[in-house]
This record gives sequence, C-alpha cells and structure tokens, in this order.
Amino acid sequence: MIQKLFLRREAGILLMIILFCAFVGIMRPRFLTLDQFRIILLLVPLILIGAMGQMLVITARHVDLSIGSIQGLAAMLTALMFKFHPEIPWGLGFVVAIGVGIILGLVNGVLITAFGLPAIIVTLGTLSLYRGLTFIVSNAKQIDRQFVPAALKAMSQDSPSYAVPWIIVIAIAVALAAYWFANHTIIGRQVYALGSNPVAAPLRGIRVNAVTILVFAISGALAGLSGILYASRWGFVNPSNTGTGFEFQVIAAVVIGGVSINGGIGSIPGVILGVFLLGCVSAALPLLGIPGTAQAAIYGAVIVMALLIDRSVRIRANSALSGLQRGHA
Amino acid sequence: MTDHVGVIHKNAVMDSAPPRPLWSVILVRPETMTFLLLILAIFAGGQLSPYFLDVGYILDSFTLTAELSLLALVLTLVIISGEIDLSPASNMALSACLFAYALSFGWPLWIAVLVGMGSGMIMGAINAFLIISLQLPSIIVTIGTLTLFRGLAQVIAGDKSIRLPEWYIGIDKIYVLGLPAPDMIFIIVSSVLALILGMTIWGRQIYQTGTNETSAQYAGIRTRRIKAILFISMGLTASLAAMIYVSRLGSVRYDLGIGGELQMVLMAMLGGTYIFGGRGTILGTFLAALLLSVISTGMTTANLLPATQLCVLGVLLIISIIVTNFIYSRTQR
Repeated sequence: MIQKLFLRREAGILLMIILFCAFVGIMRPRFLTLDQFRIILLLVPLILIGAMGQMLVITARHVDLSIGSIQGLAAMLTALMFKFHPEIPWGLGFVVAIGVGIILGLVNGVLITAFGLPAIIVTLGTLSLYRGLTFIVSNAKQIDRQFVPAALKAMSQDSPSYAVPWIIVIAIAVALAAYWFANHTIIGRQVYALGSNPVAAPLRGIRVNAVTILVFAISGALAGLSGILYASRWGFVNPSNTGTGFEFQVIAAVVIGGVSINGGIGSIPGVILGVFLLGCVSAALPLLGIPGTAQAAIYGAVIVMALLIDRSVRIRANSALSGLQRGHA
Repeated sequence: MTDHVGVIHKNAVMDSAPPRPLWSVILVRPETMTFLLLILAIFAGGQLSPYFLDVGYILDSFTLTAELSLLALVLTLVIISGEIDLSPASNMALSACLFAYALSFGWPLWIAVLVGMGSGMIMGAINAFLIISLQLPSIIVTIGTLTLFRGLAQVIAGDKSIRLPEWYIGIDKIYVLGLPAPDMIFIIVSSVLALILGMTIWGRQIYQTGTNETSAQYAGIRTRRIKAILFISMGLTASLAAMIYVSRLGSVRYDLGIGGELQMVLMAMLGGTYIFGGRGTILGTFLAALLLSVISTGMTTANLLPATQLCVLGVLLIISIIVTNFIYSRTQR
C-alpha cells in the first residue's frame, strides 16, 4: 500500500516541493514562514483555475494556446461593463466573464471538431484573434483602478475565515469541482478514454465531438473566470499585459503536474501540486536574489524538464508492464 | 499469351478512374489559390492608395517580413516531414541578443557570426534531441523551448536594448541587382530549398517521411536523421534571420520578433502546406510570404490599427487551414 503510494506521480511532485522548500528554507529561513506561505497562495489562484481547464484539454489529447487571450478579452469586457455601466451589480461581472469565456471556448471547440483541424493551429489563430479583439473593444486603453468595483478588489484581500482570501477559496472550489468532474462523472471519464485512444473512443459509443467541444468550453469558461479574478487581484485590466504568457505558465504547471502530453493520463491532485510547485519557485526567486526577468526562462525549463520526467516514467511503466506479462507467461 | 496480358492490362486501365484533366490538376491546388489571392490583394491595395502599386514600395516593404519569411520556408520543410516547430521566433531573439552582445564587446565580425550561428544551431539541436532522440511530441517540446529561449534572452538582455555598431546597421538599404538585400537572400534561399525539395532524392524523402513515417523507414529512409537535420537547419536559419533582423533594426531587445510563430505558421499554411505532413511546396510558402507582406502593407496603408491586423492574421490562419484541408481531402484518392 505504502509502496503503491510512493509510485504515484503525485508523490514525486510532492517530494520535489519538499526538497525545493527545504533548500530555499536553508538558504533563506524567511521562506518557511506563514507570511511567505500566504504570498505563495496568492500567486497561484489564476494559474490553478486555468490549469484545471487546460488539464482536461491536454488529457483529451489537445492543447489550448488561446486561454491567455480569452483571459484578456473576458477581463476587458467585464472591466468595460464596470466602467460604462457602474449601476449594474458587480456580481454580474462573473456571469459576463464566464459567459464570454464559454463562447470563445466554444468557437475553438467547434472549429476543431467541425473541420477536423489540429487544436494547436486553431488556438494559435484564436490567440491572435482574441488578443486583437481585446485591443479593439478597449481602444487599446487600460481600465484603471478606480473603475474596478471596490468589492471585487476586496475579494483578493478579505476572507470568509482563517485569513484565506476569497480568491483562493474560489480557486479551491474550482479544483474540487474539477476533481469531481474528472473522476466521478461519466463525461469526465470519457475525456480520459478519448485521450488514451481517440480511435477506440467512438467505437465505445463516446460522442467524441461533443466531448471535445465541452472540454474546450470548460477551458474557456475557466479562463474567463480567471479573467475577472485578474481584475480583482491586480485592480486593473490592460489590453496588452492581461493574460499574455498565461498559457505558458498554465501548460508548465499542467505538464509538471504529471499530465501526459500523449493524452489519457493525468490527475487533478497532481496538477494542483504542479501549480503549487510553480508558485513556490516564483515566490523563492526574489528571496534568492534572482531577477524577475528569469521567470519566463524557468517556466520554459520546467516544461522541458517535465517532458523528460514524463518520458522516463512512461518507459518505466512500459517495462514494468512487459515484465509483468513475462512473469505470467 | 500476349493477348491475355493485353486483356488484363486493358481491364486494369478501364477499372481505374480516368485521370483528372490538366486544368483541374493545376487549378485545384492550394498554391493556385494563394496566387489568385496575391493578385487580388495587390489589386485591392491599388484601390486603397495609388502609391501602393509601386514595385519599389512593395519590395521595400517586404524587407519588414523577410526574416520571418525565411523561417517560414524552412518551417515548411519541417511541417512536410510531419513535425512542427514553434520555437524559431524565440530562437531568433536569443541568437540576436548573443550576436549583438558579441559585436558590442568589439569582437570581430566573424567571431560574432560564429557565436550567433553556433547558438542558433545549438538551440535547433536541443529541439532535435528532445523530439527525435527522446521521441517527445514536437508540439509541446517547441512550446517549452519557445518559452525557454525567449526567457533566456530576457535573462541575458534584461529590459535594456542592445545597440549595434553603426557600421553593421542598414542591410535593408543595400541593393543587390535592384533588390533590397533581405529580399535577395529570401529569393536565393527559397530557390535553393525549392530545388532541394523538388529535385533531390533527399527532398522527396522528406515528403515520404511526412506521408508515412513507418513505411518510409521500411523503404530504407533514415527518417530520424532527416528530421534531425531539418530541426538543426531550422535553428541555423533562425540565427541567420536574427543577423538580418538586427541589421535592419539597429538594436535588439529580448522581445524581438515576439509572436512571430503565428506569422511563420500562417505563411506555411497559406501556402498550402498540409498540417498533417507529406504535402506542401516552397513555391506556396514563397507566394504566401509575398501575400502576407502585401496584406500587412495594405492594412498599414489603409490606417488599420495593429490590433485589427492581429485579428485579420488569426482569422486568416484558421481560414487558410480549413481551405487547404478541404482541397486536399477533395483531391485525395
């Protein structure tokens, strides 16, 4: 039983987190304080929410490069609503942001399934399209702090209990919902089936197109949610900064979290740990005196490293499997 | 006996579908669509502004996209071989930073060129190692190296811009046989690649690799070596493009050519390269590069915002891949 637990991918990521924190903690004891933990937690909610959607997409053997631009466009449309219609209750912003995200995600999904196109090209195209639309609707102007409702900004500071801000509570709720969806619903399991064998999936009666579109819609919806939370967290929405590079952070978190790029393999707890590991790394950089400009390079290195780990795990799993067969024969 | 063979032969001919007429073979090709679109775009540009139809103006404006067009040419080969590379634009930025630093240290040009090309090649080799030796999917690998290379450029250059020495600036102001030098380089490289791809055994093997890698291996084609060479030459081309780019701009920042992967892929797709490999021509990418240059110049002439251009490029990418897939599915036997 214990051995089984250690063999799981999550154990490896957990070990990496512990080793990393121990290393930084020895170098800079300040890293292991509760305050620092709070900083880490505040760094990750957006990536965590985005990663839940991207995890489903990659598990279904696709990839969604457009989530950064969806985040930007959803945040911008919501912020514009706040600016020009302050009389609308701010809670509706969530409906708008998620709605925009769903529509944009549906566009991705429908294009991919209706024409049989590779997701990477379609989402590369919509990445550019949605970003362009963000500039157009905003007239290339930033929405400043005074237009974002105070109640929304407070969500990143105020907490329902135990000094945990709302934004983190929302992220955890999303993660729990994603866990339930991926593991305890029929459609969730169909996503795995589709990713592990796209040829066999339709033969098992899985409606491949519907599942694919749904996965992209979920990814879009969560990117939209992360958009309004961006406005809450940073207090402004900028057409060129909001969400740029978000897709790379999320993909890094997802692949380090043990989601196989060949589809069909991946767990929500693993992705959560992956997100947390990235958060630890980002929080440790300033303490270790590494400039913030190094962040992108680290995300890139993390993706490549995770691919190498994924490969070695896959080879070991295969050889274990063939060893098993030999043993029985 | 001869009669018998003759009968079989005759039957075989009658059973197979009649060959498509030549006009249909030529017309139903993605390259033809690209060519027609190019003429249409030039015509539309002429309507926008009377100055647009000046050949010198079109040639000069092509220097703005010549570097990415160069990358798109090699990317076409990579896509034909059944892989994809999204990292060249980042590779270009990192090579450019290293090259510019080497020059700003006052090192002689040949050492700087060596540094630039060497780094470009190493980056290509890293991709090749991960994709071919370790058999990882090129999509995710090059997304990773895209972030990594650009990030390293940011680490090296920070937020500063590196100034190049005066004597190195201005390749686009040099004219060779009446053409700006970057255009000339683009034409030479595309002719060479077209010859390699269309005329040499090695070129045909690239197609075979992309069509069906397993059967290509059974036919004795060293598909892994072909792909490795393609990825490394992709890196080399990226560093070459970087040197042209910095000479044109006069200074380098880490965000040089950011988002260029979209335009590169767009040029290859517009030129009728089949995203699943095995089909596509250099001629198509050549025409698509011209088309894209005309379109973006036209949009600038028409005072469209850069944001609108971003939208147009994105929509164009999706439409071009839909059309290309449609044409190929119709002509597939």
